Amino acid sequence: MQKIIVIGNGMVGYKFCEKFVSKPNSDQFQVIVFGEEPRPAYDRVHLSEYFENQDAEALEMAPRSWYEEYNIELITGVRITDIHRSTKTITSSTDESYTYDYLVLATGSSPFVPNIKGVEKEGVFVYRTIEDLEGMLSYAAELKLKNPNAKAAVLGGGLLGLEAGKAVMDMGLEPHIVEFAPKLMPRQLDARSSQVLQLKLESIGLNIHLSKATNQILGNGSIAALEFGEDDVLDVEMLIISAGIRPRDELGKTCDLEMGTRGGIVVNNKMQTTDPSIYAIGEVALYNQMIYGLVAPGYDMAEVAANQILGKEDFLMPSDIDMSTKLKLIGVDVASFGEPFMPASKGHSVIFEDKTKHLYKRINVSHDGKSLLGGILVGDASDYNMLHQIYLNGMAIPENPSELILPASEGGKSFGSVMDLPDTAQVCSCESVSKGAICCSITENGSNNLGDVIKATKATTGCGGCKPMVVDLVNETLKSLGREVKETICEHFSFNRKELYDLVKINRVPNYQEALNLFGEGHGCEVCKPVLASIFATITMETANKQYEIQDTNDRFLANIQRNGTYSVVPRIAGGEITPDKLIVLGEVAKKYDLYTKITGGQRIDLFGAQLHELPLIWKELIDAGFESGHAYGKSLRTVKSCVGSTWCRYGMHESVTFAIEIENRYKGLRSPHKLKGGVSGCIRECAEARGKDFGLIAVDGGWNLYICGNGGATPKHAILFAEHLDDETAIKYLDRFLMYYIRTAGPLVRTAPWLEKLDGGIEYLKKVVIQDSLGIAEELDKEMQSLVNKYECEWKEAIEDPNMAKRFKHFVNTDDTDDNLVFVPMREMKMPKAW
Amino acid sequence: MQDILNQYQTVTEANVKEWFHVGEVSDFPENSGACIKYKTKQIAVYNFARLSKWYACQNLCPHKMEMVLAFGMIGDKEGIPKVACPMHKKNFSLEDGSNLGGDDLKIAVYPVKIENGNVYIGFSD
Repeated sequence: MQKIIVIGNGMVGYKFCEKFVSKPNSDQFQVIVFGEEPRPAYDRVHLSEYFENQDAEALEMAPRSWYEEYNIELITGVRITDIHRSTKTITSSTDESYTYDYLVLATGSSPFVPNIKGVEKEGVFVYRTIEDLEGMLSYAAELKLKNPNAKAAVLGGGLLGLEAGKAVMDMGLEPHIVEFAPKLMPRQLDARSSQVLQLKLESIGLNIHLSKATNQILGNGSIAALEFGEDDVLDVEMLIISAGIRPRDELGKTCDLEMGTRGGIVVNNKMQTTDPSIYAIGEVALYNQMIYGLVAPGYDMAEVAANQILGKEDFLMPSDIDMSTKLKLIGVDVASFGEPFMPASKGHSVIFEDKTKHLYKRINVSHDGKSLLGGILVGDASDYNMLHQIYLNGMAIPENPSELILPASEGGKSFGSVMDLPDTAQVCSCESVSKGAICCSITENGSNNLGDVIKATKATTGCGGCKPMVVDLVNETLKSLGREVKETICEHFSFNRKELYDLVKINRVPNYQEALNLFGEGHGCEVCKPVLASIFATITMETANKQYEIQDTNDRFLANIQRNGTYSVVPRIAGGEITPDKLIVLGEVAKKYDLYTKITGGQRIDLFGAQLHELPLIWKELIDAGFESGHAYGKSLRTVKSCVGSTWCRYGMHESVTFAIEIENRYKGLRSPHKLKGGVSGCIRECAEARGKDFGLIAVDGGWNLYICGNGGATPKHAILFAEHLDDETAIKYLDRFLMYYIRTAGPLVRTAPWLEKLDGGIEYLKKVVIQDSLGIAEELDKEMQSLVNKYECEWKEAIEDPNMAKRFKHFVNTDDTDDNLVFVPMREMKMPKAW
Repeated sequence: MQDILNQYQTVTEANVKEWFHVGEVSDFPENSGACIKYKTKQIAVYNFARLSKWYACQNLCPHKMEMVLAFGMIGDKEGIPKVACPMHKKNFSLEDGSNLGGDDLKIAVYPVKIENGNVYIGFSD
């Protein structure tokens, strides 16, 4: 049996294995893979997601068991130090030797660290591996303890540098981007698009410094500042270097393979180095005198090398490599394709720019106006897939090319349907999947939905950028076969949430088990159970106590489960108004049970670190003092935030606190497809941030202006003006109808903003339903909401008064012991869970 | 942390040394889970009433080392009975403890015996 050794277990090294083992006759080879990092290959493209969830596993390309399954020997945490070409052996850092028949170098690259004085100081990091990220996280955490306003800079304003900038934001430090060139993302953007991107990034809090050459890094032991010129200094306490990459080509050098003058191992179009039994792929390979720092060409190289080793010698790397990219940087779309910067001698550019909306679109068109040569999109790249396809396939473009990029309302968007693409169009470039392959998977190979198609073709599993296009293709193909395209909740119910809502209501289904018997199959799961729980709650206002076995853990224990399996307690403080006596009770309870105490964003007080058995005891004391459940654990109304209003504020137009309390008490306990938040501001200064909520009221002369469908969070949206100059009664009437309509029709875990986006006819349609009663359901909606309001009861009161219900707040069934696995450590005179 | 995890090893009915009494059937909620203690171990016990079956596994989720699996929702994935961890929704088979999401974290499972309305879990230590 011949032996292949792959050096490097990064994305491309992994992809080689995946492609190789999927081919016929690959079982004639033994494959051994060496990885220098301790983990199996992970998705470096999405590395910044690690800052959001710190879940390294979620980034893995495949678990270790995958390698075992395909008989690939994976050796991680070991570096290969030498290649002996004469004997076809390699030696490892652990001093072991291995022989090979074929060697595949996929060692990737390392961050380029410029030779700046002081670069060795503590607090200077590079951005490449999960270990780098872990180092940054712990350094940042220490920094923030000492100085909550600490600043961090990223050296390099390229693609990776901006990603690192997002990481700095996620770590809670003040982010600064320092770039040597006069523009951001110099490889992808022209000067104007860079300015648009800069405006947008600055508006979300990134500080950007262009045309800055860093002279030295100042500080005593650890970094304190960057010095650009004599009087030009930027104080920062942390630096992340992202100034480009250098190929990890040292193995090629020491065994005398031909190298590029500026590094990289030279390969031919078979991905062979100057030694025919040694291949190089990915960022270590110098092909066409270029290092390709993108994942798609790396995957193509893996495919070529795998085919070559298996004897398919006519499978070669193309000489033209598509360097188009699309990505979302800190929530901003940026894309470039084909030739983004084109000299006027080759064609004309059509440019659309709107700085007020942070939008820039440029397309480059041939002189005869017939073909698309390339382009740049900033702020909105939703047309990227289509434009990219037109470019790749040389498809015809409209007589008036500006139609390709003008906003739809100005007569643009005339590139027709995805179905017009030729079958050969490559839709997923990471996995090389064509339009034909996607459609064929449905028409001929029995795929029935998006999931099947992804399983069968692997489309979308790389960078995911082609997903919208694949979704459209799947839906259109299914439609063309006369099949219904259906969103279903999970494998147990082939209905969407709205259909289930209607089924449960019309048939008066009493509980989950009955719903499953009547309309579902199998035994349920963690997706459909909470969906049905929410539906039951909004049809009958049943509390989470009644069917606690189908509630998510938070609702099951009426508390938010926290990092170490303890719970937090949030009593309702309607409108944020609280008496001194009640405030003292909260303090006393927190002290008695040793709870970490924090003011929430919704103007309430959160008590953390309670153990399960303590919950009823804590709530007994709180309820005796007049508190009620705050439903912070549920997909339900959370808070209605208020500013102090005309009762105290000299600018206030109306009593915002009074109205906020009235509204919060009206909708308390109301469960919905996702959480609901509200706000009431006493004047247009908007101190309650009502426009960042699902519903907001702002006092104006002559009444309230009602705004709906806003939210903060990952995709912030300002609420939209729905109706003006309303009196209290009308405002509540519209709110009742709007909320009830949303609850009836939204999908699971869809907040009001994305719900409105998908609603046919949008806000104008919603106005017709709510204000003009175009569907004739207004009275019904009013009645339903009033009946839910009338049936409210505090579920915590219910839970502690019924000994049977109280039984569940116990860690063990067979003993009164408590969970001895919990460990807390002190933090600023309180406590926190010990880190994982 | 590793010590805590290592004490959980799957027990099959054939190598049970002790059937440990953990309570009565009525102590365990239907179609849901509850936790019991045996020596230093925490074991999640599920009364899967829809299937008329009982299952037991370690309470410790090996992903983030939290004692939480007893409070996860149960159900099935393509017919395989499973529990979903309440923390990050990792799915484990209740039949053999394997991870249904495909990665290599596994949990230990234990046999359950019901006799005269009493619930027993089988241990080998």
